Amino acid sequence: MADVVEVRELRKEFAGGGRSGAVHAIDGVDLATEPGEYLVLLGPSGCGKTTLLRTIAGLEEPSSGEVLIGGHVVNGLPPRARKIAMVFQSYALYPHKTVLKNITFPLKAAKMPADKQRERVEWATGLLGIEHLLSRRPRQLSGGERQRVALARALVREPRVFLLDEPLSNLDAKLRAIARDELKRFQQRVGTTTIYVTHDQAEAMGLGDRIAVMQAGQVRQLGRPVDVYDDPADTFVATFIGSPPMNLVPRGSRLVGFRPEHLLPIENVPGGERVAMPFRIERVEYLSGDRHVYGTVTGIGDETRVIARLPSTVGTPISSDEVHDFAVPAHRLRFFDADSGLRTEPIPIGAAP
Amino acid sequence: MTATAERQAARVPRAPARRKQPLADRESFLAKAFLLPSVVYIVALVGVPFFLAIGFSFSDVTSGDPSFNWVGLRNYRAIFHDPVFWRSLSNTVIFTVVSMVLIVVLGKVLANILVAEFRGKWFVRLAVLLPWATPVALSAIAWLWLLDNVFSPIDWMLRQIGYLGPGQDMYWLGKPGLAMTSVIAVHVWRLVPLAAVIVMAGLVSIPKDIDDAAKVDGAGFWRRMFGVTIPLTLPVIAVAGLFGAILTFTDMAVVYVLTRGGPTNSTQVLASWAFFTGIQGGDVGQGAAIALFLFPLLLAAAIAILRSVRRAETL
Repeated sequence: MADVVEVRELRKEFAGGGRSGAVHAIDGVDLATEPGEYLVLLGPSGCGKTTLLRTIAGLEEPSSGEVLIGGHVVNGLPPRARKIAMVFQSYALYPHKTVLKNITFPLKAAKMPADKQRERVEWATGLLGIEHLLSRRPRQLSGGERQRVALARALVREPRVFLLDEPLSNLDAKLRAIARDELKRFQQRVGTTTIYVTHDQAEAMGLGDRIAVMQAGQVRQLGRPVDVYDDPADTFVATFIGSPPMNLVPRGSRLVGFRPEHLLPIENVPGGERVAMPFRIERVEYLSGDRHVYGTVTGIGDETRVIARLPSTVGTPISSDEVHDFAVPAHRLRFFDADSGLRTEPIPIGAAP
Repeated sequence: MTATAERQAARVPRAPARRKQPLADRESFLAKAFLLPSVVYIVALVGVPFFLAIGFSFSDVTSGDPSFNWVGLRNYRAIFHDPVFWRSLSNTVIFTVVSMVLIVVLGKVLANILVAEFRGKWFVRLAVLLPWATPVALSAIAWLWLLDNVFSPIDWMLRQIGYLGPGQDMYWLGKPGLAMTSVIAVHVWRLVPLAAVIVMAGLVSIPKDIDDAAKVDGAGFWRRMFGVTIPLTLPVIAVAGLFGAILTFTDMAVVYVLTRGGPTNSTQVLASWAFFTGIQGGDVGQGAAIALFLFPLLLAAAIAILRSVRRAETL
């Protein structure tokens, strides 16, 4: 029952302001969801993720390429013919309508009979726990309540696809974590294909079945959260995902990458396949149980500033201005081309080149 | 140590500050100074004439004999017995209501055109605003020629398409019903740009997300217009209507230039009838009494519309 969304060779250009020429908001994107999948578009602001979502919704027309929903090309069809639902960052509730009228608006537009409408509203509001808000107006609601109403309005007419544009970014941090969990459970219950746009990697990693990491209008990598984290396709993905980001040490024509949590005092790394490096420690931050250690490593390439993240289970005493032997398990090392930034085959690392 | 230093630094400039505050920094003085011109203006040009008119309406002042003699309600009795006054009053109401409806509807349509994106937009914007920017006496004279009994270009066009036979004329300003239609048409033409700009300001203030949400929710053009756009812009539409009503109600320039109230007073409105009676006829007292009838009706209209604005704002 769940539909598949696919875009082929999609491009979108905006006429640039002044002499700069056209801006390529989407620059040749090929992407397809699985049926019922939760696909997250992740990227920094201005990477084209929202434009891609709006193009799928039909709010923007692509310059070239095709958008397919459920196997049919929908280019040129207005949003209402695409049977999609969208939740906006601002929620875009109708301020002059009550919650009930907000939720029934899509049903009225679809000319659904009144008794059927009531049934659908009961179902959607029950699912989201907002039955008691029906007679209020949007401005009498809290941020979290508005988000639920927006979700109910999207859900109520059983769309083929959900499009969510940063729906959690207007919530405070605590509420965001709760809403994230709810959103995921709710999507699993409904089983509708969902495309979710965010710049927040924690949301992306937590919610997505798969993540498409975007930059400058292009998809840099598409994969499961574990893939994009452990096996980044290039240095952009490697440094955009992960906090602190992946360490990259130049070595000849390559960059040697490793995650901060894999750089540990040598006695904590099992012997055998490990790459040791002297670590000159500059500063230690103590962050919710972990110690973030800032310093420079030598020995595996150029002298480079890196960050190590020591979990609370590592008790090695560390203080600044000393040199400590650290190591990374050899299978945790990733290699990138220094010029293109793309992943390359591993090279043997012994002593310095 | 730093705390002490800060306290000392704060203490240093205190002493001379109070005494010599420049005039330009004294808000109590500035507030009065800046308000004064508009207060003088309103009192001199609105307040004094208004109370003068009330006084005149109970007097026998004429342009030939400006001495003030109290005559009580004589002027009012006279105008109540004058059929032209009642004709003017009903004409004014028809004139205002029809113009206001047309101004609001056409203003909304024009505003939609003004906010749309298309090539040559600047030219359309200029063309739309031109009627408002043209002085009313000038544009009314242009219309006087357009609607001329013999040489009207509109009649010429109607003859070309065969609606009128050769030598036939519409007499736009010569037949009672048609004259009223012409006056209303010119007035609407003149005020629609103002309404359009006001409504446009309301339209651009609607967040784009809301219109997008309505599109995604499956609403077509008309449902978005009547279900979302118009309710959200109702306060500004009401303001546009208020302006349209007041400017129509009090206007006599169009009537004066086009028809002088004729034929046989069929386009006479309160403002023009007051002018003809009081200034041209010389009976200042009676003219003032007629003109005073503009006031309660305008006040009622303003209160009604501002009320509906307030109700829309508290959504």
